[in-house]
Amino acid sequence: MSATTPAGARSRGRGERGPAASLALHATLLAASAVAVFPVLWIVFISFGPDNAWQQPGQVLHHLGLANYRFVLLHSSFPRWMLNSVIVAGATMVIGVLIAASAGYAISRMRFPGHRPLMWTFLVTQMFPVAVLIVPLYNLMGRLDLLDTYLGLVLVYCTIAVPFCAWMLKGYFDTIPREIDEAGRVDGLTPFGTFWWLILPLARPGLAVTAFYTFLTAWGEVAYSSQFMSGAHYTLAAGLPTFAGSERANWGAMTAGSVVIAVPAALVFLLVQRHLVTGLTAGGTKG
Amino acid sequence: MTTATAERAPRPARTPGRASGLLPSIRRAWNKHWYAWAMVAPVVIVIGVLVLYPLGYGAYLSLTNATELNSAKNIGPVHIPATYHFVGLHNYWQIISGRDGDFYPRLEWTVVWTVCCVAVTYSLGLGMAMLLNRPMRFRLFYRLALILPWAVPAFVGVFAWRLMFNSQYGVFNDLVTAVGLPAQDWLGTPFAQKVAVIIVNVWCGVPFMMVATLGGLQAIPTELYEAAEMDGASPLQRFTNVTVPGLRPVTTTVVLLSTVWTFNMFPIIFLLLGNNTTGDTDILVTFAYQKAFSGVSDYSGAAAYGIVILLILVAFSTFYRRRAAAEQS
Repeated sequence: MSATTPAGARSRGRGERGPAASLALHATLLAASAVAVFPVLWIVFISFGPDNAWQQPGQVLHHLGLANYRFVLLHSSFPRWMLNSVIVAGATMVIGVLIAASAGYAISRMRFPGHRPLMWTFLVTQMFPVAVLIVPLYNLMGRLDLLDTYLGLVLVYCTIAVPFCAWMLKGYFDTIPREIDEAGRVDGLTPFGTFWWLILPLARPGLAVTAFYTFLTAWGEVAYSSQFMSGAHYTLAAGLPTFAGSERANWGAMTAGSVVIAVPAALVFLLVQRHLVTGLTAGGTKG
Repeated sequence: MTTATAERAPRPARTPGRASGLLPSIRRAWNKHWYAWAMVAPVVIVIGVLVLYPLGYGAYLSLTNATELNSAKNIGPVHIPATYHFVGLHNYWQIISGRDGDFYPRLEWTVVWTVCCVAVTYSLGLGMAMLLNRPMRFRLFYRLALILPWAVPAFVGVFAWRLMFNSQYGVFNDLVTAVGLPAQDWLGTPFAQKVAVIIVNVWCGVPFMMVATLGGLQAIPTELYEAAEMDGASPLQRFTNVTVPGLRPVTTTVVLLSTVWTFNMFPIIFLLLGNNTTGDTDILVTFAYQKAFSGVSDYSGAAAYGIVILLILVAFSTFYRRRAAAEQS
């Protein structure tokens, strides 16, 4: 019931609204949606214009075309960066979710020395100022010969995504009844077997959300990627700004590139968002 | 139960002190717990090597006077060894005593920025979640539209805002001049820049809040609302007496996470303003980054800033979780 419902509306049942309240509700939501969507649509709109379209948005409608996309996809290193991003983000996703799930399960089901400090460490790693870890990490990566390699970047991204994912998955595992584990044990499965054969399949929605979260973290990360990788190994986020940095800034290419990057991420995101609600609440709140 | 209550008295001790000496007790612990340890080992190793080691190294640097000039480097074939040395707490003293002239202004703005962002983001997120949490037409459409800023990578969203804010060609000025008002320099003055970064950060952050609180709202049993209504509670009373307490577990976690993230929010300020800033909009993190990477890199100063930021956050979250746990019991 909305707060604007007048007292006389008592005869209406719960959840029903007067026309005025309905109108206000829809108007508010429409306005909010417009604010949320507009910047994204704006970039899409500009990207279909000529490459200086952002200076004359009014002209875009008269010069609609795919010139920016043609440049980005055929005449630049963009596809190469895209491949790098897919490799890095995909690997981060697989490795990150596997180790986060196994740690999350252990924390959810087993009481062991180090249990509490570990949970605390997960929280503390969220507090590390990324900008300050870069220098020591750079040195370390250099010493391990991992600079400018996919593996190095994947490992760095794992440290960003895994603590949050382990925390979320722990919450998710907590919602799965312990009786299932016990049944597995009675049937002679090892704890890891129980985890692998019984719990993981049940936790699929939670895994989907964490997988996606991990992927997106790696897909959009800028700072590490641009410091650690060079030329041929640039990921999208590191490569894209080079369109604007060259002698002649090509903002048109940048808008088209942004759209190409955002569309797949946004589509998958919108598909899994239903699980996101359950996943996040379970992870965030159940202890 | 919340994560806050699950570990009622979190202590930053990394290793439980029971590994001291006695071999048999270690063996017993090993036999009992090796399985759990094996399952968390990958995470512990990755975090240990890639987070704790750099942290330790950073802590060490913060006690020296290392800069770009006196660090080890290779010029051509010649290797120049590092000449920096240990200076104790000098860097920290510079920061805490306010002698470097930057810490307190930056801290003040960081706090203002964090409080504004978290408060506005949370209120808007909660408001949107409450609107969405009722039966209506087009609900899925609204939900998808409102979640979109989270779905696009942050740097893309920031780039869109940057185009729109542009003083010469931005869409905001087109709108303003179309109404007949003079064009504004949206990112011109430090104050305008501060407002702009807050707006963009709120835009990026609301969907997360909305999704999290929506989940929390849906977990509150409808019977509670019905009972409150039977007792004649007004909508406002229902909000304060049913919704707010019912949301508390979610709120506690989400506000803590979002405070920490906002305090350390690097990309938005850095990407929205680029180099067109006077430094007034720098929060502690971006300031430390500038220290480490612009001009003559001041590694030790940046590292000291990093440790100070970390200590502030650890102190805050310890205090916050204690209070949250106390409130709940």
